[in-house]
Amino acid sequence: MENGINIEGVSKGYGKVQALRGLSLTVRPGELFGLIGPDGAGKTTLFRILTTLLLADQGRATVCGRDVVQEMMRIRQLVGYMPGRFSLYPDLSVEENLRFFATVFQTTVEENMDLIRDIYVQIESFRKRRAGKLSGGMKQKLALCCAMIHRPEVLFLDEPTTGVDPVSRVEFWDMLDQLKTQGITILVSTPYMDEASRCDRIALMRDGQLLSVGTPSAIRSSYTHSLWAVRSAAMYPLLKDLRAFPATFSCFAFGDTHHLAFREEALKNKTEDQLKEELTAYLVEKKHTDLLLTKIEPGIEDCFMSLR
Amino acid sequence: MKNRAFVIETDQLTKRFGNFTAVDHISFRVAEGEIFGFLGANGAGKTTAMRMLCGLSIPSSGQATVAGYDIYKESEQIKRHIGYMSQKFSLYGNLKVWENIRLFGGIYGLPAKRLADKTEELLHTLGLEKERETLVDALPLGWKQKLAFSVAIIHEPKIVFLDEPTGGVDPVTRRQFWELIYEAAARQITVFVTTHYMDEAEYCDRVSIMVDGRIDALDSPAALKQNYGVTTMNEVFQALARKATREE
Repeated sequence: MENGINIEGVSKGYGKVQALRGLSLTVRPGELFGLIGPDGAGKTTLFRILTTLLLADQGRATVCGRDVVQEMMRIRQLVGYMPGRFSLYPDLSVEENLRFFATVFQTTVEENMDLIRDIYVQIESFRKRRAGKLSGGMKQKLALCCAMIHRPEVLFLDEPTTGVDPVSRVEFWDMLDQLKTQGITILVSTPYMDEASRCDRIALMRDGQLLSVGTPSAIRSSYTHSLWAVRSAAMYPLLKDLRAFPATFSCFAFGDTHHLAFREEALKNKTEDQLKEELTAYLVEKKHTDLLLTKIEPGIEDCFMSLR
Repeated sequence: MKNRAFVIETDQLTKRFGNFTAVDHISFRVAEGEIFGFLGANGAGKTTAMRMLCGLSIPSSGQATVAGYDIYKESEQIKRHIGYMSQKFSLYGNLKVWENIRLFGGIYGLPAKRLADKTEELLHTLGLEKERETLVDALPLGWKQKLAFSVAIIHEPKIVFLDEPTGGVDPVTRRQFWELIYEAAARQITVFVTTHYMDEAEYCDRVSIMVDGRIDALDSPAALKQNYGVTTMNEVFQALARKATREE
């Protein structure tokens, strides 16, 4: 295997807490792969095992075809890692940090500038500023530059967009698109479900296990329930009323509408239109006004919540 | 919103650090029982504004009252009459569940008997009776957050400030958390909340968006979407926040 990642039955526990439960996954060379799950899913533990910073209790993994235990030192030269917590030297300036990381990997900033130029130009005017004095967005860009300065074959980005505002998040994913064109394999984790569509493939993760793996569209099309967006003038009472409706499988708030999934059994002897009419009558009886019911396609967040 | 009391009123509120104007003449009012979304890009000035409203930072100029108290002269009163919760700090992980409730209830000045009753009531409504003696660090994140929110309003404040309360939480828990917010608002507790999740902006009665220290938009989500001719709050946010010129 070239610069892919292979994980077979990896488990890891910390005392009573089981962080990873026999997880297996293959990331193909050159893929932009997203690990999507909330805090506590085990994303960081997996990153630390793959970057050779932590030993698994069970199972094995390879990065670029090399075993994460046997060939630890070789892997460290082949991968770039941007941890979730800011881990650069706050007392060193932007350019000092960059030079430090280049030197550690026995290369120079100049030699690899072509790889990071597009990102570096955005922080170049602050090159004399101490890293600790940079804003959040600038720190993130510098951290990405430092993770790439030795031209890694695989890049591990642990929650690079957590706590970042929506505009900066879009910009960050645009940067990853550019990196992808260089052939670098990127494994990126995020708690934001809406970022799934920016990945080639994703794995939905919870409680140390993978719930589903595939392209975002394949995962969406595997959703089996009939899903509806519902709106009325009184959204919070509407949520409670929708949950109390007999044919409801689940109902969650989704921005300006609620997403309602019907039970599969409810559709065995009725059509969707009949159910819709029944629901409308029920909601009118509950005094809801300005009703809107629209059949919709599921998003990744709908899929995640339906996987139990 | 007419005939309702205002729990926050600011007039030209400003904070400068040297030559840098972090918060630039903001004026707005928040009504009792309102869920008010306080949005903005990183560095737009949200945290600085929030610190002034919580009585933690003295403004450079302008006026404001919170829960009826002046932010210059009555900051100690403000601290007693508000609740505060953030994702980063809310509870003491190395104290037990009941100890956290007692600690914060005590800080907020609840009398001993009332606090004892309230502790039992909270443990019951949150379904945490069995976890009474558990260290908070050992609780799942979702439970921690519900506990943190309940503790932040244990003294039935007029207003609770929530600073990115749902970051990193799983989708189901995030929504359960918002149901707690709705319940608090129904009890006439004003909720002042920041978030980076734009679907959550839709749950607010009104939303303000800060850009470069100013409030560039303030209205209901429906009106904002209409004004900008878009269908989601994310698009409203993108349109406004991209106008920012200052580098955080």
